[in-house]
Amino acid sequence: MMIPLQFRHNGRDVALFVDGATNLLTALREQLGDTTPKFGCGQGGCGACTVLIDGASHLSCLTLAASVEGRSVETLESLKDGPRLHPLQKAFMDHFAAQCGYCTPGMLMAAKALLDRNPNPTRTQVVEAISGNICRCTGYEAIIEAVLDAAQQHRASA
Amino acid sequence: MLEVRKEYFADERDDNLKEIGKGTQRQDMLGHVTGASTYFNDHKLQGMLHLKVLRSEQPHARLRRIDLTEAERSPGVRRIIRGQDVPRNLNTLLSLINFGIDDEPTLAVDKVRYLGEPIVAVVADTPREAYEAMAKIRVDYEPLPTVFDVEEALKPGAPVVNETYPKNTFTYHERYDHQNLRFGDIERGFAEADHIIEHRYQMSPIEHATTETNGSIAAPDTNGRYIVYTSTQALFFSLDTCAKILDVPSNTFHFVGGTVGGGFGGKVDTLTEPLSILAAMLTGRPVRYVLGREEEMQFASPRGAERIYLKDGVRRDGRIVARKVRAYTDSGAYTRLSSYGVVKCVAHLPGPYTIPNVHGEVFCVFTNRTPATAMRGFGVTAMDFAIECQMDRLAEVVGMDPMEFRILNAYRDGDMKAHRREAKGTALIECVQVAAEKAKWPIREEFRRMSSRQGARAPAAPREERIVIAPARAPASPEPARAYEPPRPAPAPPPQPAPAHGATRFSSVFGARRR
Amino acid sequence: MAPLTLRNCATVAEAAAALTNERDARYFGGGTLVMRDVNEGDLSFSALVRTTDRSLARIETTGQRFVLGAGVTYAAVLAERELAFLHPVARSIGGPAVRNMGTIGGNLFAPAPFGDFAAALLALDATVLLQGGYANRETPIEDFLAARERSFGALVLAVSFARPAGPEAFRYRKMARVKPKGGSVVTVAAHLPTSGGRVMGARIAFGSMGATALRAKSAERALEGRPLDAAAISAAANAALEGLSPVDDALASAWYRREVAGVQLRRLLSGDAS
Repeated sequence: MMIPLQFRHNGRDVALFVDGATNLLTALREQLGDTTPKFGCGQGGCGACTVLIDGASHLSCLTLAASVEGRSVETLESLKDGPRLHPLQKAFMDHFAAQCGYCTPGMLMAAKALLDRNPNPTRTQVVEAISGNICRCTGYEAIIEAVLDAAQQHRASA
Repeated sequence: MLEVRKEYFADERDDNLKEIGKGTQRQDMLGHVTGASTYFNDHKLQGMLHLKVLRSEQPHARLRRIDLTEAERSPGVRRIIRGQDVPRNLNTLLSLINFGIDDEPTLAVDKVRYLGEPIVAVVADTPREAYEAMAKIRVDYEPLPTVFDVEEALKPGAPVVNETYPKNTFTYHERYDHQNLRFGDIERGFAEADHIIEHRYQMSPIEHATTETNGSIAAPDTNGRYIVYTSTQALFFSLDTCAKILDVPSNTFHFVGGTVGGGFGGKVDTLTEPLSILAAMLTGRPVRYVLGREEEMQFASPRGAERIYLKDGVRRDGRIVARKVRAYTDSGAYTRLSSYGVVKCVAHLPGPYTIPNVHGEVFCVFTNRTPATAMRGFGVTAMDFAIECQMDRLAEVVGMDPMEFRILNAYRDGDMKAHRREAKGTALIECVQVAAEKAKWPIREEFRRMSSRQGARAPAAPREERIVIAPARAPASPEPARAYEPPRPAPAPPPQPAPAHGATRFSSVFGARRR
Repeated sequence: MAPLTLRNCATVAEAAAALTNERDARYFGGGTLVMRDVNEGDLSFSALVRTTDRSLARIETTGQRFVLGAGVTYAAVLAERELAFLHPVARSIGGPAVRNMGTIGGNLFAPAPFGDFAAALLALDATVLLQGGYANRETPIEDFLAARERSFGALVLAVSFARPAGPEAFRYRKMARVKPKGGSVVTVAAHLPTSGGRVMGARIAFGSMGATALRAKSAERALEGRPLDAAAISAAANAALEGLSPVDDALASAWYRREVAGVQLRRLLSGDAS
């Protein structure tokens, strides 16, 4: 049973037909070709599938694609502005905040959700913002430093 | 950033460090932060099918009957693959380097040996249709006695886990049921000791839990070949393993990998590629086989648990004179890489310390658990845990500071190691000294002045004549009145047909590196 | 078995009817529990029922009883100042994304080692408002939890509970492996109204000490009519386990849970923040 679905994907209006029970992660990856959110567990424990829906972080593997009708969905693809990196992306690079890179899209979206609402987070708030994202490689310190640095860079340039 | 202590061993190298001490950016970092880095599952292929595996619900059982009739008729099912469909259904990973006997089926045929072992693969249009078909498969298990403990597995009469190894241990050099290390005279060493302590150390199996699970996508390519996108850490290894299992020349495959979402050793076992490729061969379509998280935990290999018995004899002046190690690696139901881990374990004994009498025995044991494999220094790290805990306990027994105790016993250049090679390029002493400095842990002046350099060891305190820190001995001299034979270089293996995949021998596995 | 279909319903009435009439339907709230089952290939249901009815998201804080729609998310609880006493509970569940999605209605169905909000509601003596199926319209949460396996055909509309007796009266702590979230080793919530310096009508609820959140009635009785002093706290801690039936799971063994339940209750009652 295919149902029509229209929503804004990284600023573009898209329209597709989805199987009713399809999750958003599958719809993004396989139907829209946006492979930036990743499958890590399908259970809500790892955060690799984190996307923003109307600006708030959600786990796309647990979200019904049908439920984003008329809403705005942002993934990592939306962070870059042409060739220019978002301060978060630049900060992750500067702080070596990735190794295998698999958690990185989810981490960046979780961080973006934080900074979009709270441009001056404390370290504790950064830790809480990424508390739903698992990284098996870096030990998290570099990621936390990167988010704090990005916040500072962003405030400095604003 | 990084602090570089150039003054250490300055005479042993050129001072032209251009890269050490500087942060160097990963070549894929830009890809990681922009989402451009491509993992195997980021490939979308037209008409892709989904493969799911029915797994054993028993840790040890005969498979009396597998009834696929209803499942084969299930909507959306393209093909169901059984053990009989796999061209060469028995393999062991290191057969590529002529090490080990083929012991593990890709799909179980008459017996299952661990919970989660693959029995049948269902290939369907959608994952849910595969699950629905799986629910219609009937498997008749005849449960068998199980064994989950390494020492129980070695007792006479224990259930035989894997008939390839009827005594539940891996066989080395076609003769030995464990790996040995002998140096000096262990009983004389204990007799000379003022204190003897013995402890048992136990590790649990540890799951790599990479954020990306194991998986692969295989697809027919245009010229009779197959293209395979895979999460493997070892592209050539996996390619050759698949060539063997599917009995085709290795140039049949084009393996594409490169960006792995975490490995740590958990993506070397070539767990999914043989079936995804076989499914692509049988259906003529692209096929994806990705492990779910529960599957990854249950079926994909963990680091094998190790049980280690360490018995040490130490003199009151702090010198360890005897170390006896008996250890068991729990390989689970099949070998995978555990056999090699045990070789590394023995090669590592007795740790970075000069001990004149060493006795090591390490077993690779089969039990009805998930087969274990490589993970971050497997074979070495667990033994180090045991050794270092023991070093602290020994220091306490002799009333010495644990840092000083390690410096005292550390090997130095020129010391004879238990493997009958001279230690070279040692630096443990300097590491401990700097660590103590960094931790503001006071150590006495004489220990701060000790050095790894040749000839720098302070002579042992004089003792009665009967006690000698054994000097290097000619390795070939047989020991009197002992039935045990010292290890020899491995015999040349019997001539075998050259493997179709062209793998060559990897000498250190045989323990006889020739320069 | 049929392929999995989705029924989008505009109103709760429609959703309740769909759940009642279709045997293999499951209600889809925030998705944090149901979608996991879908992803894992659970074949026990063939239809998902969902509604966008805004009434499920309502929060009423003005009367003597709070009313929270079943669709209220943990994020919404955290955004509501009047529910400050429940903020520690909401904050202990999931990461931020899960809190944007998960609902307090769904938590009523969460299996151990989840279901922390349900434990808090049990301590608050909440009432569950249902529609459809064979359920009563208003059910005390304790009865609802005991019979929840049979409630899948009904739709939870809301929960309601009386305002806690005072700022210190409601307490909560969760012992988790992954702080501040994750599955629970032991969760304990308590509502401790006092009258004349003595505890009257205490409610103590444990999570992850049984298939559902459970009241520790012996511990409650141990406090009844007494000041909340060291002797009373000891008596309650010693009686904590009665009626609880913890199980082994990946987070903790039943033995360990039994060992620490009394300790956690003691710390909760003593106001120990550690």
